[in-house]
Amino acid sequence: MSNTSYQAVIARKPEIIRKATNIDYAAFESGGIGFDYERMMNQVAYSLDKIRQIQKEAGVGNTPLLELKNITALARQLAGPGKGARIFIKDEACNPSGSFKARRASVSVYHAKQHGYKGVVAATSGNFGAAIASQAAMRGLKSIIVQEVFDSRGIGQPEILEKTRACEAYGAEVVQLTVGPELFYSFLLVLEQTGYFNASLYSPFSICGIETLGTEIAEQALVATGRKPDAVVVTHAGGGNVTGTARGLQRAGCESTQIIAASVDLKGLHMASDFDFNRKSFTTGHTGFGMPFATSPDRADVPRNAARPLRYMDRYVTITQGEVFYVTEMLAMLEGLERGPAGNTSLTAAFALAQHMGRDEIIVVQETEYTGAGKHPSPQLTFAKKNGIEVRRGNPLENVPGKAIIIPEHPGQINIKDINLDRVRQSYLRNALGSVGTGTLHPQDIEFLAAETRLEAAIVEKKVREIQANL
Amino acid sequence: MLQAEQGEWVQIYQVILPAGERAPQVPAETAGVPLEMWVKGFLVEKQAQVGTDVTIRSLAGRLLQGRLVAINPHYEVNYGFPQPELLTIGAELKVILEGNGNE
Repeated sequence: MSNTSYQAVIARKPEIIRKATNIDYAAFESGGIGFDYERMMNQVAYSLDKIRQIQKEAGVGNTPLLELKNITALARQLAGPGKGARIFIKDEACNPSGSFKARRASVSVYHAKQHGYKGVVAATSGNFGAAIASQAAMRGLKSIIVQEVFDSRGIGQPEILEKTRACEAYGAEVVQLTVGPELFYSFLLVLEQTGYFNASLYSPFSICGIETLGTEIAEQALVATGRKPDAVVVTHAGGGNVTGTARGLQRAGCESTQIIAASVDLKGLHMASDFDFNRKSFTTGHTGFGMPFATSPDRADVPRNAARPLRYMDRYVTITQGEVFYVTEMLAMLEGLERGPAGNTSLTAAFALAQHMGRDEIIVVQETEYTGAGKHPSPQLTFAKKNGIEVRRGNPLENVPGKAIIIPEHPGQINIKDINLDRVRQSYLRNALGSVGTGTLHPQDIEFLAAETRLEAAIVEKKVREIQANL
Repeated sequence: MLQAEQGEWVQIYQVILPAGERAPQVPAETAGVPLEMWVKGFLVEKQAQVGTDVTIRSLAGRLLQGRLVAINPHYEVNYGFPQPELLTIGAELKVILEGNGNE
C-alpha cells in the first residue's frame, strides 16, 4: 500500500496522470515554455469524421439551431435604425445528458473503452459529470465523479446538488467534497486506487469532441440563412468551449466569423474561499474560471491543456448574474424554451451584441443547458437570499458580486462589458515567463507565445523584454 | 439510535484533511476548516448505527469506509420560492414587444 498522505500523492501526480490519460505529453514538449499544440491535437485527438461517428452512435450532437424570432424582435425595438442581428441558439440541452458537455464526454469515454479502461473519473461540479456518467452508462464503463459541493457548514450550492443527483441517476459514484483546491488530491487518489481513465475536461479528446458543435453551427446557419454566422457567442469558463467551437468553425471555413467569449462577472470572489463559495449563484461560466484559464491555461488536471482560449477569442465580454436570470426568464416567456441559467450566459451577451450589428447579420448563441430543481432561477435566487445576498430590480450597473444581484428593470439595461484583451495577453505573457524568469527564450518559445497571444513575433519579443526588465 | 441494515442506501463521511493541514495556497477562512467528504452507497455490514464507522459499496462498486451519517438521505434540491423579482418580466417584455411600451 503506497503512502496516501497529501504530499506523497501530489508528488506522484506525474506518474498517476500518465497512467490515467494514456498520453505521452512529454513527446510534444520543446524543452522551454512552449509545446507543439497542433501536433498534439493532430496526433492524439480523433478526426472530425471519427468524432461524428462516435457521437452519432452515442446519440450526441445534431441538436437543433433555433431562430429566436421574438427575442430578435425585442432587440430590434431597442436597437438603432437598421440594427439588430438575427439571433439563433444551438439547443444543446437536447443532448443525452442535457448539455454540450456530452460532446466532450463522448470522445473521452469512447477512448477509455477502446484502451481497456474499466471506468472513467472526472473532477467536475458541472454538467460534465452528468455527461461522463451518461456516456459511461451507454458504453458499459464505471464512472466516478469528484465534486466540490459544500461549504464548511455543509451547505451545498443548489445547482451542484442537482448535478450530484443527476450523476447518481446515471449510475456514477459521486465523491462530494467541501471547498478547496485539494479536491485534486482526492481525485488523484481515486485515479490511483481504481486505475480508471482520467476523463479530463482539458484533454485533446474532450476538446476535439466540441469541434462538431462549431461545424454544425456553420452548416445549419448556412441552410437557415444562406450565410455563415457573423458572430458566435460562447460561454467561457475553462476555455474548452471557446477552443473547440472555434476550431470547428475554422474547419467549416468560417474564418471571418467573430468568436465572442462571454462570462458572468464574479470579480472579487475567491474561488477557493469557504466564505465566498455560497455567495455566488453561478458555479461556472464565470470570470473566476474564465480569467485564470485565459491567462494561464496549463493549470488543469493534465500537463498540457488542450483548451487554449486566448488563441481563439476575438473578443471577451462579461455580463452580470442578474442580467442572466432576466434573460433566462425572457427565453422561457418569449420563446417557450425553459433552459438552465448558466447556459444562458452567452444568450445574455448576444442580446446586447445583436443590437450593435446589422439586421442582415447573424449571431449564434452556441449552447443551452437543461434546467431542473436547483438549476433554475427560482431555487438559485431563493438560495442567494437565504445566504444574505440582496436581490432586487434595478440597474445592473449596481451589481456587486457576492453582495447584490440586480435584476434589470428594462431589457434596454442589458449590456456587455468588454475585457481589454491586450491586458489579458500581457498577463498571459507574465504568467508564461514565470518559469523562466529572466532567462533567454528559444525561437520556438517566441513562436509559441505568438500563437498563444495572436501577436506578431516581434511584438512578443518586445513585450517579453519589457516584462523581464521589471522582474 | 438510527440503525441501518445491510444493503440499505446510506451516506458516509470522512475528514480528508484536518483544519491546519490544508494546502498552502488556500485563503485563511478555508485553511481554518477541514476538507470533508461524503459518499453514498449500499451498507456492507449486517447492521450499523448512525455515527459508527462502516463500509459501503458505491455505485461504481468500490468498497469505501467512513462514518455512517445518513440512511437514504433526502435530495435537498427543489424549485425554491417563485421570485417576485422575476414574476412580472414576461408580461413587461410582451408589452414592449407589442409596441405599447415607452420606446
